[in-house]
Amino acid sequence: MKAFISIIRIRFNLLLQYRIAAIAGGVTQFFFGMIMIMVLYGFYSSSDGEMPMSYQSAITYIWMGQAMLGMLPWNGDMEIQNLIRTGNVSYELLRPMNLYNYWFARAFALRTAPTLLKSIPIFIIALLLPSDYKMHLPPNVSSFIAWILTTFGALMISCTITNIINITTLYSISGDGIQRLLSSIVTIFSGMVVPLPLFPEKLKQILSYLPFSGLVDIPTRFFTGEIAFNQLLGYFCFQCLWAVLLYILGQWILNRKIKDLIVQGG
Amino acid sequence: MIIEANELSKRYKMPKRKPGIVGGLKNIFHKEYEEIIALDKICFEVKEGELVGYIGPNGAGKSTTIKILSGILTPDSGECRVLGKVPYKERIDYVKDIGVVFGQRTQLWWDLPVIDSFELLKDIYKIPLGDYLKIKKELITWLDLESFINTPVRQLSLGQKMRCELAASLLHSPKILFLDEPTIGLDAISKLSVREFIKKLNKERGVTVILTTHDMDDIESLCNRVIVIGKGKILLDGSLQSLRNTVSKDRRLILDYDGGNGGISILGATPISKENNRLVIDFNPDIITPADLITTLSTQYKIKDILIENPAIEEIIAKLYGEFNI
Repeated sequence: MKAFISIIRIRFNLLLQYRIAAIAGGVTQFFFGMIMIMVLYGFYSSSDGEMPMSYQSAITYIWMGQAMLGMLPWNGDMEIQNLIRTGNVSYELLRPMNLYNYWFARAFALRTAPTLLKSIPIFIIALLLPSDYKMHLPPNVSSFIAWILTTFGALMISCTITNIINITTLYSISGDGIQRLLSSIVTIFSGMVVPLPLFPEKLKQILSYLPFSGLVDIPTRFFTGEIAFNQLLGYFCFQCLWAVLLYILGQWILNRKIKDLIVQGG
Repeated sequence: MIIEANELSKRYKMPKRKPGIVGGLKNIFHKEYEEIIALDKICFEVKEGELVGYIGPNGAGKSTTIKILSGILTPDSGECRVLGKVPYKERIDYVKDIGVVFGQRTQLWWDLPVIDSFELLKDIYKIPLGDYLKIKKELITWLDLESFINTPVRQLSLGQKMRCELAASLLHSPKILFLDEPTIGLDAISKLSVREFIKKLNKERGVTVILTTHDMDDIESLCNRVIVIGKGKILLDGSLQSLRNTVSKDRRLILDYDGGNGGISILGATPISKENNRLVIDFNPDIITPADLITTLSTQYKIKDILIENPAIEEIIAKLYGEFNI
């Protein structure tokens, strides 16, 4: 546990070395959010049919996706991928820890540290915007609690997927391929680009069973009150189930690979 | 025995690429592999407190051995036990008792001050705070890290970095230290300080050290035992002296003279060069003792200065490699 905290602390330290990058990232996400909202604005004001989700909720949904971008498993841990590419991964195998759990701790740190740092300013700005672009606070305390809990569930799914990306680098040396593929899948299927409730009915049903919906869609719809508090247990269990499955899958792939791992070079 | 290696073997499968576009296309459909024998039934034992030099040309299998002994590589056959454990089978439990430095790799966090990496290792190895502070202080003094302990790693020189790597590998007080080319790329002063440190560690702490290197000065100043490996086989295992004796017992006499002349035909001595009033002779001390040789020479030359030295270890190793055709 102490090692876990220590890993998170070192990641924070690392992040604070790259303050400018963090600010730049925040600004980019803010602009992305604005663009998406303008598209949604046009979409909502030109359509007469009944919408599956209110405009207000859709805006909040977009901001949530942008603020929590750092938490999405859209890339691997660059540090670990570099360790693998350069062979420094040898040292990781010399630590008296289960490698999966060690990397999980690093994934956890990777997903929480920058998100904590970047999301707060985005939330504050998004709450202060003019009414057409403004993010709204949850309707009641129970929605907020449900959001916190499901965000934790999202974090677990995110860390297990991140770890799988890290581990695949052991097979492919360069993690670029899976990373490009996954970043598109994750951003679209989680609802970050277009809120999932606005997807076609059939697709929506399929997506709701995939782990990606647990990343953005579920926490956000609790936040906006679209999903009622009494369904919290079901949704949270759905997230946990996926997290456990992905955890087992990751452990399995890694343990299989460690046995015949060859670190090349002198 | 602290380390026992019994018939360790390891092969690597390397994809064979044919040159050019045609070759590349052929490769897509039919991949050929070439098998490389990295280790071929290696056997050796190391006693507690020994300082063993493990040498051999590039690609001889040195690093492969270190990787197996440190638990990050599984051999194809054979077995090894270190501290009573099989490293690659009980890796997690085993690695807390060993320290490893790979001279060409790094375990420090590139962008962060050295001390941050140490703190993380403290928690990963679960080192009690009291012990950690004591050991850290000691390592800082011994390796003279004080002046750059708070500098980000990326700003350190190679020598400073290597000293930090050594410290990082020793924070958890391992009983065995594996050093894979710890002096690679270092300047003379850094090499000396790294050597001094290793010596001290071995003498005062009783840490068993296995060291691979290409630098024969490392071997000469540190190791009382050397294992020479080539093409995956152990060629020689013994003291530095026995290594010398195996290849050649010859010693070298360098003689500066003021005047005098004459051909040299002394049994057991071979003249190597004679110019600028300096005579170099290789001789076999079993046939002619240095005293006799000097006496004989002093009748022919007006001797100014005399020096007797062992042939450079590099030459011995080169001869040895030559003998085994590697």
